This record gives sequence, C-alpha cells and structure tokens, in this order.
Amino acid sequence: MGDASAKRPLPHLDDHNRAFWTGGAEGRLYILRCRSCGAFIHPPRPVCGECLSDAVEPEAVAGTGVVDTFTVNHQPWHPALPPPYVIARVALDGVPGVYLTTNIVGCGVDEVAIGDRVRVTFLPCEDVHLPVFEKVRD
Amino acid sequence: MARVREAFITGIGQSQIGIGLPRDPLLLTVDAVREALADAGLTKEQIDGVATYPGRVTQVPGFSPVGAEDLIDALHLNTRWHLGGGELTSQLGAVAAAADAVRTGQARHVLCFRTVYEAGAMKFPGQKPYVPRGDARVEGPSQWFAPFGALSAVCWVAQYAMRHVVKYGLTREQLAWISLTGRANALKNPRALWHGKPLTLEEYLAGKMIASPLCIFDCDRYSDASTVLIVSAEDALDEVSSIPVRIAASAGCTYRHSWDQVEWMASYPTGRELWKRTDYRPEDVDTVQLYDGFSFLALTWLEALGFCEVGEGGRFIEGGRRIALDGELPLNTFGGQLGAGRLHGFGFAHEAVVQLRGQGGERQIPGDPRVAVATSGGGPLATALLLARD
Ligand SMILES: [Zn+2]
Repeated sequence: MGDASAKRPLPHLDDHNRAFWTGGAEGRLYILRCRSCGAFIHPPRPVCGECLSDAVEPEAVAGTGVVDTFTVNHQPWHPALPPPYVIARVALDGVPGVYLTTNIVGCGVDEVAIGDRVRVTFLPCEDVHLPVFEKVRD
Repeated sequence: MARVREAFITGIGQSQIGIGLPRDPLLLTVDAVREALADAGLTKEQIDGVATYPGRVTQVPGFSPVGAEDLIDALHLNTRWHLGGGELTSQLGAVAAAADAVRTGQARHVLCFRTVYEAGAMKFPGQKPYVPRGDARVEGPSQWFAPFGALSAVCWVAQYAMRHVVKYGLTREQLAWISLTGRANALKNPRALWHGKPLTLEEYLAGKMIASPLCIFDCDRYSDASTVLIVSAEDALDEVSSIPVRIAASAGCTYRHSWDQVEWMASYPTGRELWKRTDYRPEDVDTVQLYDGFSFLALTWLEALGFCEVGEGGRFIEGGRRIALDGELPLNTFGGQLGAGRLHGFGFAHEAVVQLRGQGGERQIPGDPRVAVATSGGGPLATALLLARD
C-alpha cells in the first residue's frame, strides 16, 4: 500500500512558518511568542492575537507535552503514509493554548492513550523537519 | 423608519440524489428550483434574491459547481440582493443571511441553494478529491494537517469523538444509533441515497474502521444533488400558496477557525446562543435535523442544544428509541446525510419544513409538530436554525 519513493505532503515555507518547520535541523521546536505580553501564537502569524502587538519572534520550547486526544487512522489517504498510523493533538508543556496536530511514532498504534507524556522528534523531509512525537518511557 | 419583518421558508425543492449522476449539476439545481417555485406558488420573476454556500469553487471538483451568479445568469433572474461565499458560519449561514435580507427589505423572495456534485466529478480523469501529490507544497491551513496524514475532516472529527470515548465513556454501540436511525429513516424516503438498503447494528459494528472510533458508517458519502429553500418576507406571504414556516431564530458561532486549536467544537457555543434569541425552549422542539456529515457531529449537536448534558449524548441516543420517528425527539427523519446522501447542510432545513407542514408521508412524525431545529457544520463552524409553524 505504501510507496517508499513517495514523500509526505510538505508545507510551503514563508517568513512566518519557517522557524517552526525548519527548527528541527538544530533539534529545536520553535513557537512564535509575543515579546509584549508573552502569549504564544500558533499557527504562526505576524501579530499577537491577545494584545495585537506585532513584536513576535520564534522561541524554542521544551518540546515535551501530553497527548490531548488522538485517532488511529486506518484509511489510506496518501501513498507516503501507509495506514495504520496515529494522528494526535499534543498539548505542549509551557505553551498554554497551543496544540499541535502530529503523529505519535516509535510505538504500536494500540499503545497510545490520552494523557500520555510525549517528546518531540524530527522527521527530516527535504528542507522541512516535521515535528512528530514519541512516548516518554519511564 | 424601516420596519423589521419576520422571515419565512415558503418553498422547498430537491433534485434526485445519486452517485455519479449523468445530469449536469446546473440542471440538478434547476430541478430543485422548479420544485421549490411550484411548492411556493411563485414564478422566477418573483425571485429577487439568491443565496448559496460556498459560491462557485473550482479547486475541489464538484464541491460547489454552481455559484449564485451562475444561477442568476442562467435563469435570467433579476435580483436586488445576492450572496455566494464560503466564509460563513457553515452552509445554513447562507439561509440565515437570506432571512436578514428579507427582514430588512432588501429582497422579498430569496432563492437559497446548495448543489453538490463530488461523486459525479470523479467520473472525469484526474478529478479526484484534493490530496497534495508530488512536489506541490501545501499552503494555508492544510499545512498543519497534511504532513501528518490528517488529510480528511474525519481525521479531525475522530479526535474529538475519541475524547468523548475516553472522558465520557461513549461506546460504538451508542454512537451507532446516529447512523442506524438515519438509515432506518432513509428506508421511508424514496429520494434517499440509501433507500432500500437497511443497516443493522451488527453490520455497523463490523464496518471498516476509518479513523478510530469512526467507521465507514459514521461518514457520509459523496453525492450529487441540489436542495433549494425559498426565504420570503412576512409582507410577501400573500403571494405564496404553501404553508410558511417561520425562521424563529438563528445562530452561528466559531471559537477559532482552526480545526486543531479549539477545546470544543463550534456546535457548543452555537447551541447555547440559539436559545438566547428565542422564547422557545428545548422542550418545545418536536423534531431535530442535525448535521451528520460525521455521526459524532450530530451527537455533539444534541448536547450543544441542551437536549442532554455535555457528555451524555451517547446514553441519550442508546438503543435508538428516543430519536426514532415515533420517539420523543425524532432525529434526521429524512435519513440525514448518512442515510439520504451528502446534501451538505441544506437537507436538514428542507426536512424540518417537510415535517412542520405534515408532508412527510410514510416518514411523517406523529402529532402536530410546530417547532424544529436544523443545523449545519459543527466543527470550526456551526449554524443552527429554529423553525416554527406558529
Ligand atoms: Zn501579545
């Protein structure tokens, strides 16, 4: 079902999203933050939705978080993504109000649960480093 | 001083519903227009407004092949007001806007329509649902989902459903009753896509999983059809021969228009908002026609509109008695989109009018129904209409 030569759909990079999608090259997860009020901004935009300041810049965040919710996707939507795989919404530690849609990798699809602690890892694809997450084993 | 009038749905029409229909989507629209005009007792010369959602869309084949201006031009309509756009609070937002247009005297009779041709569009080479391939980069909101294989709305709705499973104990055996009820009602609707094709709980439970906990029977299917609603001003009702149904209230909300940044779906604030705009209460409602492009959305609408507490939706519908045609709150009596086809929002308002007029035939609910709720959307966008024959 999967096609090893196929690649995932990748984002078009622009001035606003580049830090988020390429920070993985240096092992960092960047989220835009308002220098005026401290609020985080995601998806990235050149303005803070809380205080309307345009003094926003990328800040490296911890890269850990919690599975807020998830689904095990069984439908083949794309040749580069053979099912089954886990699509999850991760709440990031220290980044209130921001969720990332992502994949949980490195474990079986039946091993993921809401509330799981996870840590970012990056999947390099051309000039993009996709932030995906793996479970924190303790 | 301009007077604010009441707005009424005075005409309803619908084309045939099918998969891969050979009929041109403009002609499907005209089929529904003819039926709605005849139903209202109006001629096309009396139509002075047109509204549709989301307007003509060329990027997604068949999603919306006929725009407001296409129809105005094709039928030589002389309009004073029209609207065709996607930045509305979902499909029935076009009907709510039409109601405001007639209330404020900008038009007397607004023809509202939604035409879908997604199944038919697939007949043509290369006309597949939009999935990014090859070297094309993804821009806009899709970039936050597509790289992770969340390429369909089901991948997002399923995550909210999963939270209900974990947080509130929602089971597949409970959720099944949205689909089972729709499919049972479709057996009594000759136009329904799944007419003559019953579905059992056993078949549902064995259904192919798409995105857990949602299976194939929790998802509507691309269809070809057109639905028309004519919205008329109070002071134009003497031109109409049908039983008018009043748009007693409407509401449309969004938290953030971003599928993965919201704590709750837009159905919840929309349901609460609706009751602030009317003296009617949930207990006055005789039937509900709730958006079920995915089954779970209809369940959230039951909670959002206050028919049960948040988290109680599964237990509310369990066993199906309460939401059956002869139950205390009949749901999606025409089949919903899971039973009748993906009419994309307008089918719910169409059916509310059918039931309030007592024209449901074999699927008519008992008693003397006076009040109905019709909704569309439920994810980042949601619209609710309260309709009354009063
Ligand atoms: Zn700020």
